Amino acid sequence: MEFKDYYKVMGVARDATEAQIKQAYRKLARKYHPDVSKEKNAEALFKELGEAYEVLKSPEKRAAYDQLGSGPRPGEQFRPPPDWGSGFEFGGAGPGGGSAADHSDFFESLFGGARGPSRRGGRGFDPGRGEDHHAKVMLDLDATLQGGTRSFTLRVPQIDAEGRVSTQEHVLNVQVPKGILPGQTIRLAGQGARPIGEGTPGDLYIEVEFQPHPLYRIEGRDLYLNLPVAPWEAALGATVKTPTPNGPVDLKIPAGAHAGSKLRLKGRGIPAASSGDFYVVLEIALPPAADEKAQAAYRAMAQALPFNPRASLGV
Amino acid sequence: MPNHEALRVELFDDRTELTLHDLCRVFAVEERHIVEMVEEGVLSVIEIDTTEWRFSGAALRRARIALRLERDLGINLPGVALALELLEELEQLRRTRQG
Repeated sequence: MEFKDYYKVMGVARDATEAQIKQAYRKLARKYHPDVSKEKNAEALFKELGEAYEVLKSPEKRAAYDQLGSGPRPGEQFRPPPDWGSGFEFGGAGPGGGSAADHSDFFESLFGGARGPSRRGGRGFDPGRGEDHHAKVMLDLDATLQGGTRSFTLRVPQIDAEGRVSTQEHVLNVQVPKGILPGQTIRLAGQGARPIGEGTPGDLYIEVEFQPHPLYRIEGRDLYLNLPVAPWEAALGATVKTPTPNGPVDLKIPAGAHAGSKLRLKGRGIPAASSGDFYVVLEIALPPAADEKAQAAYRAMAQALPFNPRASLGV
Repeated sequence: MPNHEALRVELFDDRTELTLHDLCRVFAVEERHIVEMVEEGVLSVIEIDTTEWRFSGAALRRARIALRLERDLGINLPGVALALELLEELEQLRRTRQG
């Protein structure tokens, strides 16, 4: 197990005050919060930060952690000392770190994972019912266009009778509803936590996001594609092949089309009672003037066309 | 334990109607908390002809983000409402820039 330098994670000195630690946490939390951040590994960084803060903001945990010194050199194997944790009391963990599954092995070896099953107050709706779980998954565009089954693997914390936490994989095969949109939520009844003792398990709520598609982008129920066309195809009109999620189709480009022209294929977006549309946005691609023949063609065009592309700029 | 059969799911979309009680249960929060979110404009209520509040499926995502921002960043509800508005605007801008 690797030693974690929580001071380094939070970018504070080992003698930082409580106020400095809180300030550093707030600043980094705003930077890495998964709902706000666009950093690629925001989720992981935010978890690490939450863990560091959970230790450093608690005087007991921080004192216990400081006992370890600055730890072995980075990457070196770490074992808690045999007398670890004696003489310290650990209170209930506050918010900030998410669920127990968010903790690293390092954290759990020091502080265990013991934590009540309830995260927030306000329970007591059904005492014999397990907690609802929340998760987020990434879907491919095909899943919403065609519907179908997808398999997800979620990590779930398990608390045993002695309060030890381990992480189990929860593999789910899910019937994806056709027409589901990014940001929407699905519920899987009975796939949440088992209650302690008798009762029914909670539900699992999954919020879906979509992997960016190499060709299409989603806006509401509509799909957009940028389609390159040659200057003469745009000027004279043409029938060209365009990809669509249901396979290539022939698309008629009207004469006089220009860069940014939007062509609509009705009802070929994300399916629904009134399905979205498929929009093709034209881009003009210039053929390279790489050889004598091509250069001659450009010169001929320059001579034949009295064209000033900057006329609207007054020059 | 792996499930080999595909699980049927319930989709929450813009046709879904959730009650105040539903939202409280999903997020394990007290009614007062959701009511405050409505008052601050974090969540909006569907206008229908009934005395009971109804929320669309989109409320689930907004409520989840709001609760997390409150908890993780210590922002109060007016701040959360502002953050959500700005996030939406940012998303819109990013999308149009892509195109």
